[in-house]
Amino acid sequence: MTIKKVFNSCDEAVADIFDGATVMVGGFGSYGGLPINLIVALSKQGAKALTIIANMGGVGYELSHRIKPGGYQDSGILFENGQVRKFIGSVPALGGMPPTSPLERLYNEGRVEIETVPQGTLAERLRCGAGGLGGFYTPVGVGTIVEEGKEKKVIDGREYILELPLTADFALIKAHKADAVGNLVYRQTARCFNPVMAMAAKITIVEVDELVPTGRLDPEVIITPHIYVNRIVEVPA
Amino acid sequence: MKDRLDEQTIALRAAREFTDGSVVNLGYGMPGLCANLIPGDRTVFFQSENGMLGYGSLATDEEKDYELINASDQPVTPLPGTCFFDSAAAFDMIRGGHIDIVVLGAYQVSETGDLANWGRPGRPATGMGGGMDLAVGAKKVIVTMLHTTKDDGPRIVRNCTYPLTARRCVSLIITDLAVMEVTENGLVLREIAPGWTVPEVQALTEADIKPAADLKEIEL
Repeated sequence: MTIKKVFNSCDEAVADIFDGATVMVGGFGSYGGLPINLIVALSKQGAKALTIIANMGGVGYELSHRIKPGGYQDSGILFENGQVRKFIGSVPALGGMPPTSPLERLYNEGRVEIETVPQGTLAERLRCGAGGLGGFYTPVGVGTIVEEGKEKKVIDGREYILELPLTADFALIKAHKADAVGNLVYRQTARCFNPVMAMAAKITIVEVDELVPTGRLDPEVIITPHIYVNRIVEVPA
Repeated sequence: MKDRLDEQTIALRAAREFTDGSVVNLGYGMPGLCANLIPGDRTVFFQSENGMLGYGSLATDEEKDYELINASDQPVTPLPGTCFFDSAAAFDMIRGGHIDIVVLGAYQVSETGDLANWGRPGRPATGMGGGMDLAVGAKKVIVTMLHTTKDDGPRIVRNCTYPLTARRCVSLIITDLAVMEVTENGLVLREIAPGWTVPEVQALTEADIKPAADLKEIEL
């Protein structure tokens, strides 16, 4: 069997992401688990009119450089570049911060659409997309703006709303180690949204700290089985 | 101006609610301070919705590891028994009622325990993060907040005017002036900041507050 999953560079791995594609971006906030090298590669590649599914919209250039001088920290770069048509996630922008994030600025100018999703609902919609389910009923969002336009159902006396699955053309994720067939292990809280996004996209592209020969990972601790991983790039930390 | 409690002291009061062996999630901002303030005689298991259970105090500069963070993006320290999982599993714990206590910040809380803690006028692009899931799923919701807005406007109100996080979810409100319990009969004032009177606190509270029979100064 000669499926080649290992790519030499992030640029090569994201080359075919097309205009109008839906792209999941793993991670949580601005640290830990964010596939920053793939994000930078996508920003250079230049695909436009993307739908981005991610937990956070990113803090953007100003704030990320204050946090980490010289280093671009998060997916804000894709918004800053004007590559995004729609964002789906739980924290488009941080209310406790000044409104300096690129996504918030674009939204206020009417140039990007936002679908705000409670974080647990986001995770579960991804899992439904990954697992072939048509959706799920959740009590989260009942009585708030989240329920607007959604089917409601009372189950055992409690009110629920119907939430639908999410899938994507591509997922960009970060893992700690991969073997050559694509089994993945993560490190600490850098796991977060990465495994569930890996399972929910048609093409999953992972950047890893270390690529090891197949057989080297303990089968008992593999978190993402290799069938969910299509492309691997080693980017030593 | 009379003294109000500072954020550290509010968090210290909130941490006194953590019973021995409880599973606790700390929301964004002031609640995060509670991680360093657990009463010495108790074991508390902190859960973080980015996929971690059983972490320790906030990390010092030397200890910082950005792949070991809480849900407020703050580096924390591991403890023996700390474990990691993905976001979907983290929210199974939260939605499924496996979290004993969540401490959340708030813009407004209503007299029936409605919570508004994620959106505010003029900022339509902000999001609720995991707040809705936590407010609905945790067995007990404690709010830590400043009692009033910067210009002394009320934040403990009859009805929330800011976007709701969840209805009828808050059990206990801890502010820089008071500790209030949400009951079937409205807000009961359990504890009051040193030097403050009930009418003074009521004047800064839109909702009616009933002093408890055993009302006392805030105990730390």
